[in-house]
Amino acid sequence: MPDYAHPETLVSTEWVAQHSKDANVRVAEVDVDTNAYNEGHVPGAIGWAWNTQLCDTVRRDILSKHQFEKLMSDAGISNDTTVILYGDNNNWFAAWALWQMKMYGHQDVRIMNGGRKKWLAEGREVSTEVPAPSPANYKASGPDNSLRAFLDQVQAALQARSHAMVDVRSPAEFTGEILAPPGLPETCQRGGHIPHARSIPWGKACNDDGTFKSADDLKALYGGEGVDGSKPVIAYCRIGERSSHTWFVLKYLLGYDKVLNYDGSWTEWGNLVGAPVEKGAAAPPKA
Amino acid sequence: MNVEQFQERRIEIAGWQVNLTSYKIGDVYHCKADNVSPGAQIARTTGATREEAENAAIAKATERLSRTHRHEVPGA
Repeated sequence: MPDYAHPETLVSTEWVAQHSKDANVRVAEVDVDTNAYNEGHVPGAIGWAWNTQLCDTVRRDILSKHQFEKLMSDAGISNDTTVILYGDNNNWFAAWALWQMKMYGHQDVRIMNGGRKKWLAEGREVSTEVPAPSPANYKASGPDNSLRAFLDQVQAALQARSHAMVDVRSPAEFTGEILAPPGLPETCQRGGHIPHARSIPWGKACNDDGTFKSADDLKALYGGEGVDGSKPVIAYCRIGERSSHTWFVLKYLLGYDKVLNYDGSWTEWGNLVGAPVEKGAAAPPKA
Repeated sequence: MNVEQFQERRIEIAGWQVNLTSYKIGDVYHCKADNVSPGAQIARTTGATREEAENAAIAKATERLSRTHRHEVPGA
């Protein structure tokens, strides 16, 4: 993976097979479907549920620093542990977990390229055994809010046209034809997208086997929509997990300096009274 | 134990493109149905055979996808 800006943030399935039980390595599976871990996971991997363990369950927010420290400590993760994240849906929520770990300053956290799908497709070993790690003592820094966009920042960015806005949802969500991915409950009052956003669905960054496309292909994909790193970028989706995936691609695979994940995303913007909304396809990018 | 017989295929359910993924772990066949765009999971099922697991996933996906409403987009 030498052509990426930060190849150290990715590991292959083979690397995981060789190193998942190393003393300083902790593998964690984070799935959209929180039952997937139970059917069989990478031997030695712990499982994190995005909807109960990777967010504040009272107010809508990411984990507090204290909650994050407890999650890490309970998982036997120290500040110097190499953490490998993977999950279903080509690592949607693995990227969400990585984003939070970076916000709280974890140095060595990596994504297993191809995620759960590639591990299964390769016929690799799985286990239903749930590890019971010895607790560690984790101290977080941050949160580093330069990695996150809040509503007021998105509104200001829209007003000033200061950021490239990337909508990573499906084209039908972008246009307003559907209000949520097909088969899922509608979670907003209005469909469409933030004005001037570019439609670059998250999945375009992946190959069929779930691995990330090459740096050249990614540069062409985002650059072709005018997202070339010359301006700060705000990525958004519906609830912030698909945009974490794109955030990871832009920040670590392409090495763009300033990339923010707007985790409020369309469930915030599309429910906001008076928020400007554009419907239909995006205009062609400016040359 | 190792994952066996991993297979993916694409079908249409209730007017939506769906990826059907199935594989065997131990004695159990697992199947999941994801919408192709954006790739979100709609159903996850198990069965004693691949066919049983797939049919259960298709039934669940049909029920959920048939409730998805397409909104009119002005100018589209």
